Amino acid sequence: MYTQSMDVPSDEVSASPALSDAEASATFDARCARGEFIEAKDWMPAPYRQTLVRQISQHAHSEIVGMLPEGNWLTRAPSLKRKTILLAKVQDEGGHGLYLYAAAETLGTSRDDLIAALHSGRAKYSSIFNYPTPTWADIGVIGWLVDGAAIMNQVPLCRCSYGPYARAMIRICREESFHQRQGFDLLHTLMQGTAAQQAMVQDAVNRWWWPVLMMFGPPDQDSPHAETSVKWGIKRISNDDLRQKFVDAIVEQAAVLGVTLPDPGLKWNAARGAHDFSPIDWTEFWQVVNGHGPCNRERLAARVAAYDEGAWVREAALAYADKQAARQAAAVTPATERRSPP
Amino acid sequence: MSGDLVDTGLLGPAHLPYLLRLADGSLILAQRLLEWCGHGPVLEQDIAFANIALDLLGQARLLYTHAGAREGRGRDEDAFAYWRDEQAFLNPTLVELPNGDFAQSVVRTYAYVAYQHGLWPALQTSTDPALAAIAAKSHKETSYHVEHLEGWMIRLGDGTAESHTRMQRALDLVWPYTTELFTEDTVTLAVAADGLGPTTAHLAEQWTGATQAVLATATLQAPPPSPFRSTGQQGRHSDHLGYVLLEMQALTRAHPGARW
Ligand SMILES: [Fe+2]
Ligand SMILES: [Fe+2]
Repeated sequence: MYTQSMDVPSDEVSASPALSDAEASATFDARCARGEFIEAKDWMPAPYRQTLVRQISQHAHSEIVGMLPEGNWLTRAPSLKRKTILLAKVQDEGGHGLYLYAAAETLGTSRDDLIAALHSGRAKYSSIFNYPTPTWADIGVIGWLVDGAAIMNQVPLCRCSYGPYARAMIRICREESFHQRQGFDLLHTLMQGTAAQQAMVQDAVNRWWWPVLMMFGPPDQDSPHAETSVKWGIKRISNDDLRQKFVDAIVEQAAVLGVTLPDPGLKWNAARGAHDFSPIDWTEFWQVVNGHGPCNRERLAARVAAYDEGAWVREAALAYADKQAARQAAAVTPATERRSPP
Repeated sequence: MSGDLVDTGLLGPAHLPYLLRLADGSLILAQRLLEWCGHGPVLEQDIAFANIALDLLGQARLLYTHAGAREGRGRDEDAFAYWRDEQAFLNPTLVELPNGDFAQSVVRTYAYVAYQHGLWPALQTSTDPALAAIAAKSHKETSYHVEHLEGWMIRLGDGTAESHTRMQRALDLVWPYTTELFTEDTVTLAVAADGLGPTTAHLAEQWTGATQAVLATATLQAPPPSPFRSTGQQGRHSDHLGYVLLEMQALTRAHPGARW
């Protein structure tokens, strides 16, 4: 899918030109197995690079598209304190997008190319952001459950084999934990409030619960890339294991909040030492992934519009930088040379 | 809450309206800037505008809290932001104007932060010590805002033919609203007389000097002076503030007495 973006010159790809591909590949696998970090200049197999560009850019796009559903409440946040917290959070997500685009660029694909792939629909972003945020409680639930699920998914990536990605994830995970606590606090305040506020929270939890469980990806037996990703240290814990860990953690937090998770099949299984839960409707997941969720068109259209309407600004900034460079060059060139023909 | 601290109580009838003019100016500009969040021309700009909006929100919150304490009637920051009607808002009309395109947002924001940049140092000798402290803190933030916006004024003014045209159009539209910032009235006269804040003449001099230099570098022309005067600081607003407040206050007002 990204082959046209893999435009790194071949002499830069290999830091070990004396080795054959097979030898280089064996050395690479051994480094991954020892848990060493692979750095941008190191030799890496083309599929490794390709998988990482796909995963990191998808993650970056998710941060940026994720600014939209929450941004929907910036103008309407019900207190100045909550407005401040929300704006700081949405700004953090923009910062996450920046670190991740920078990490993806170390693999030889430019941010412009990555964004073009998003805008043309070739690149995906997390499907969770294709759901709407009709009430203020959605902002709390996004922090609590969506950031919570993101942390579950991302903490193992802080030890992923690709150094620039792992380092970006460390910084990001620290901020995501803040977001989750703030989301929980928002909901906790609403649950101490009026009946209308409590109902708002329960309604939001009902709408987000299943889509959030889908954030961990398809069941292990249907995950196509899992095996090589595990070997390369890009994925360390399986989708189903992460999902189970998440459910077990959230059940307790939901009890503290006093909300009901909308699954009659959810109950403690003493034999497994974990909670059982009902089967997930994967038809909905694939529908949303394939562009038919409640907000897919709107989200992408908003990103494309921002980019297109900003084109003249980016062009002007470049034109001004060129003019400045030319002025500086003219200022440092001695007058005699300036007069000679080019 | 009641006047048991030495520095509580309002220093004259202009004190509260003056604090609210400053607080409302910061809040409404923040509200406009955060409309850009997620929709800016480049990701770094979304982050920069969010940063500026966060600082402005912080200024507004400090000023409201201080105003409420001085007033001594139990109003907190949210009482001022969410439970006053349009006519009670005293921000200059400049900050409530719609964002328009990026050029218009840049020109408007620059005009106001350049005004604040002259204001904060003058307020550091205010006879209201808490206001002086807020001004000292805000001045550091505003210096960064001015630098950021000046960069865009110059880059877009002296960028491409299109960016220049858009900037000049924005300037022609926005600039007449800046006159209000320097128009003397009973509040500014009392504030200057009580040593609470500077004269409008002082602020006008600071602002004109700074903005003229930037406009020249940006190859832009300020429109000729006109008799037009906006009157937001008197509580008489344009068509736009009503919608800003409707949106900002809707949820809060739908749940009177609720905590968030
Ligand atoms: Fe994030
Ligand atoms: Fe987050």
